[in-house]
Amino acid sequence: MGLKQLRIFKYFSFIIFSLIIINSTFVIAQDGADSTALEVVDSLTLELQPQPATNITAKDTPNDEGGSIIVSWNLSADDYAGGKVTQYKVFRAMLTDGKVGEFEQVGENTAGAESFQDGNVDNDFQYVYKVQAINSFYDENAELKEFFSESKISKPVSSSPQWFKMYTINTLIGVVLLCFFIIFYINQASKGKKLFIRKLAGMEAVHEAVGRATEMGRKIFYVSGLGDMDNMQTIASMTILGRVSELAAEYDTYLDVPVCRSLVMVTAKEVVKGAYSKAGRPDSFQEDQVHYVTDDQFGYAAAVDGMFVREKPATIFFMGQFFAESLILAETGNSIGAIQIAGTAMPSQLPFFVAACDYTLIGEELFAASSYLSKEPKLLGSLKGQDIGKGVILVALIIGVILETFNIWNFSSLFSVID
Amino acid sequence: MRREVPLFITAIVGISFVIQYFIPHPPFSNLSDWFSDWFSIIQACAIVLGALNLMKISFLKVKDKKPDWGYAAVIIVSFLFITIIGLSEGEGFRLPGTKFDWIYNFIFIPLSATMFSILAFFVASASYRAFRARNFEATLLLIAAFFVMLGRVPIGDLLVWFMPEGYQLSNLASWVMNVPQAAGQRAIMIGIGLGVVSTSLRVILGIERSHIGGGE
Repeated sequence: MGLKQLRIFKYFSFIIFSLIIINSTFVIAQDGADSTALEVVDSLTLELQPQPATNITAKDTPNDEGGSIIVSWNLSADDYAGGKVTQYKVFRAMLTDGKVGEFEQVGENTAGAESFQDGNVDNDFQYVYKVQAINSFYDENAELKEFFSESKISKPVSSSPQWFKMYTINTLIGVVLLCFFIIFYINQASKGKKLFIRKLAGMEAVHEAVGRATEMGRKIFYVSGLGDMDNMQTIASMTILGRVSELAAEYDTYLDVPVCRSLVMVTAKEVVKGAYSKAGRPDSFQEDQVHYVTDDQFGYAAAVDGMFVREKPATIFFMGQFFAESLILAETGNSIGAIQIAGTAMPSQLPFFVAACDYTLIGEELFAASSYLSKEPKLLGSLKGQDIGKGVILVALIIGVILETFNIWNFSSLFSVID
Repeated sequence: MRREVPLFITAIVGISFVIQYFIPHPPFSNLSDWFSDWFSIIQACAIVLGALNLMKISFLKVKDKKPDWGYAAVIIVSFLFITIIGLSEGEGFRLPGTKFDWIYNFIFIPLSATMFSILAFFVASASYRAFRARNFEATLLLIAAFFVMLGRVPIGDLLVWFMPEGYQLSNLASWVMNVPQAAGQRAIMIGIGLGVVSTSLRVILGIERSHIGGGE
């Protein structure tokens, strides 16, 4: 290599080296600028990021049929009025062979909330949870900004169904006690023990009412209300219908049963047919005595009112579940001068029946009426048991009023029912 | 068997419903829904029975020219008319704008509303009888009703404008409704609860049989 060439190489190397130095300086300068920007972003995040929720626990929801886990946490230190936390998001992951799977959001709750119920889990699978404390807001450009911090992961948990709803223990004790009283007195009555049963004026008048229809040569109407056969009042009404139709058969008086539910029609037909057979007059039973009218409330009221006005029955029974049509029916019956006996367990309709009917069975009397009419010792025994149950409730009420008035003990909590 | 099978079914279903209230574990937790579904299915089938019964009785009434057979004829014509209209419009017969919808909105609803509105007049006549001061209890009822009704309208408070806040007629009406009235209603509800348990037990144990036609 000649001197000239060496010189050229030197110059070239110098230029290359200079370029490298310039470039490096530029890169370093750029890196410096980036690092400063990162520091700015981090400080903003730190400022807006809320403190995480702590002490995450997940447990199987008690007293349920499984498929549910309750996740609870302690509030973030930034969760207070005007604090950074706007909501919490709950994430769940399945645990398989000790490995935590992918987390997915399963729900959210508002700031201030300390728990979340995850009702969408499979029984006997293990899950872990984590909670994000979220600070979300719209910036000056109306863009949603969200900063969050994550909690630690909870311990694994699985859901399973329970065998008893612990909060129903008071109900269970009450039901067992009441059943015990009823069965005890049924047994007593079966053994021939005389039981005192207070008189029900409405039921005492049934014979008189049926007799009146016989004397006048007019019909008896039996209205079983709007309830279907899944309603306890309708079932009670059917048991009373059995007794009334037996009496009507004995007196050979026509009993008309217009109903507004098809299933009630089928049942009432069987009841009346059976009662006529029991009374020794199966031939007197006519298929069209029990007939379906309509399922519609006011259509039914209009049809039955029409029958009342046209056929002018001597006696009308209203037994079962009634709503707004109660007074429309009872007032029409009153206007034609029929003797009316009503019974319902709808407290809002009772005043109407009391005002428009001659006798009214109030609430529990509707359920007692069939036993009362039958005079069968076993059935009367059940009434006695029911009365003892009422006595126990009365004593509990008196004790409760005294204790609660003087704030001695939280007595009423014994009777709380959650459902 | 005609008595035993229904009694057995009643006992099983009744006990299942009691158990499912206390035990959340499957299969007990599903029993209620399961039986409710069955009830709905039977109910749906029974509607046909009801409709057939209505038609049969109405046809016989018209055929035999029994008293008031004209009403039965109206039932038959109305029933067939609305059924044909509904069937002719296919699946969407209940959609707005259909003939069925028009009949429902402009015939059925006004008829129902008319029946409901009669209630106002019946309330007046029943109240007149109930509020006659025949004895001490009826007089108490009359006085309570007077103040409650007056307390429920704006003029009630205007009449006692001189009374301090909290002692107006509206407050008195609220007190009557929330304290003595609510207490009385709760007492009735307790009795009803006991009656329901007692009747259920009688039916489940098969002691009460009159609803299945009686018999030992």
